[in-house]
Amino acid sequence: MSGFLAMLRRDLLLLARQRGEAVHHVLFFLLLVALFPLGTRPAPDLLLSLAPALMWMAALLAALLSLDRLFRPDLEDGTLEQLLLSREPLALLVLAKVAAYWLGGGLIFVLVSPLVGLLLGVPAQAIPVIMLSLLLGTPVLGLIGAIGVALTLGLQRAGVLLSLLVFPLYVPVLIFGAGAMQAAIEGLPAAGPLYMLSGLLLLAISLAPLAAAAALRISLE
Amino acid sequence: MLMRWFHQLGSPPYFQMLARRLSPWLAVPAVLLTAWGFYAGLVHAPPDYQQGDAFRIIYVHVPAAWLSLFVYTAMAVAAVIALVWRMKVAEAFVIAAAPIGASFTFLALVTGSIWGKPMWGTWWVWDARLTSELILLFLYLGVMALENAIEEPRSAARAASLLAIVGVVNVPIIHYSVEWWNTLHQGPTVTRFDAPAIEWSMLLPLLVSALGFTLLFAWLVLVRMRVILLRREAGSRWVREWLQNP
Repeated sequence: MSGFLAMLRRDLLLLARQRGEAVHHVLFFLLLVALFPLGTRPAPDLLLSLAPALMWMAALLAALLSLDRLFRPDLEDGTLEQLLLSREPLALLVLAKVAAYWLGGGLIFVLVSPLVGLLLGVPAQAIPVIMLSLLLGTPVLGLIGAIGVALTLGLQRAGVLLSLLVFPLYVPVLIFGAGAMQAAIEGLPAAGPLYMLSGLLLLAISLAPLAAAAALRISLE
Repeated sequence: MLMRWFHQLGSPPYFQMLARRLSPWLAVPAVLLTAWGFYAGLVHAPPDYQQGDAFRIIYVHVPAAWLSLFVYTAMAVAAVIALVWRMKVAEAFVIAAAPIGASFTFLALVTGSIWGKPMWGTWWVWDARLTSELILLFLYLGVMALENAIEEPRSAARAASLLAIVGVVNVPIIHYSVEWWNTLHQGPTVTRFDAPAIEWSMLLPLLVSALGFTLLFAWLVLVRMRVILLRREAGSRWVREWLQNP
């Protein structure tokens, strides 16, 4: 466990030294949502019906764009090889890295989402469910993404390939995440999809780090 | 005895010999069974009481859909063997099977959409089964793209294997989530027609062509595996000897 905490502490420290990243996340989310109505009619009912899909697509894209920073800097300065050699279980270290990555990205998404909901005209009573669904769903994006990014680590530019690898695996998160939001916006109970999201999160926490660790070993072999 | 056979099978020269001997035993029945299944299905089976002759595409569609799932599962089993025992032959199976499986998935999607046009009045419906088949195609393409992108062949095969395993864990989750999604958003009233219990004279050709397709897959995968292994081991002695005296 000490390795987990040390890893988490180190990554959070690095994150705190580069606060710009967090601001970029906020701007990305806001920009995407601000541009979207420009591509269609600014009719409130239309925007409201598209709001869940839009928010989740923004989360998916943000994950895709930022996933590279999960392992790439450590690969470049040689830290990653040391992690592979350490006595601590690699899966636990990966979990710590994903946790730090999520605190610097996904969590910010969750915090900004009420503002974005406001822009899209989401009723106030739906905001808690929207935040909860992002809170449960975005870590899964990071955990599954860690597998994809670890598999493509040996490549110079993984960009589009990474999306091909991880987007099909994001389907359940998208469905239940957007499903919960949709239900909340329509004033229906959203507990069902939220339970499913929690299940996905537990499954991803327990299995994805193992797969990502195996993928790292394959990539750096 | 079984263990020894398992180890022997892992040796590329032994596999080359076995695959060569096995090929005609798969190829001939594959062609014959598929041909008979198609003939019986297209010509002999009675027309459906609701759909008339349009239902006959089932004899291509269902075997292709069945294989799209079967091949992915087989690929994932081989991927586990490849990662655990580092067996070259299993790695070759994963790489060889992916494009074949993707082709069957594509065939299932295309025939499904051709069938959908007269039955549902549209080429594409966001039906749960169609959608999960489409995502299955993307999973196949992901495995192929990853294998293509990594230059070193063995680590490419291992990476593709890991992705196949991650994919197979996700296939049921994706399937059920898509089903849940479709029932939530009950779309336009395009429902699957109620399938009555299928008549034996219609079912038999279907089973036979499914068996034929499966053998066809086994044959094709063996051919592709042989090529992959020969190319990979191009520098080794057994390949040179084998090429001189095949």
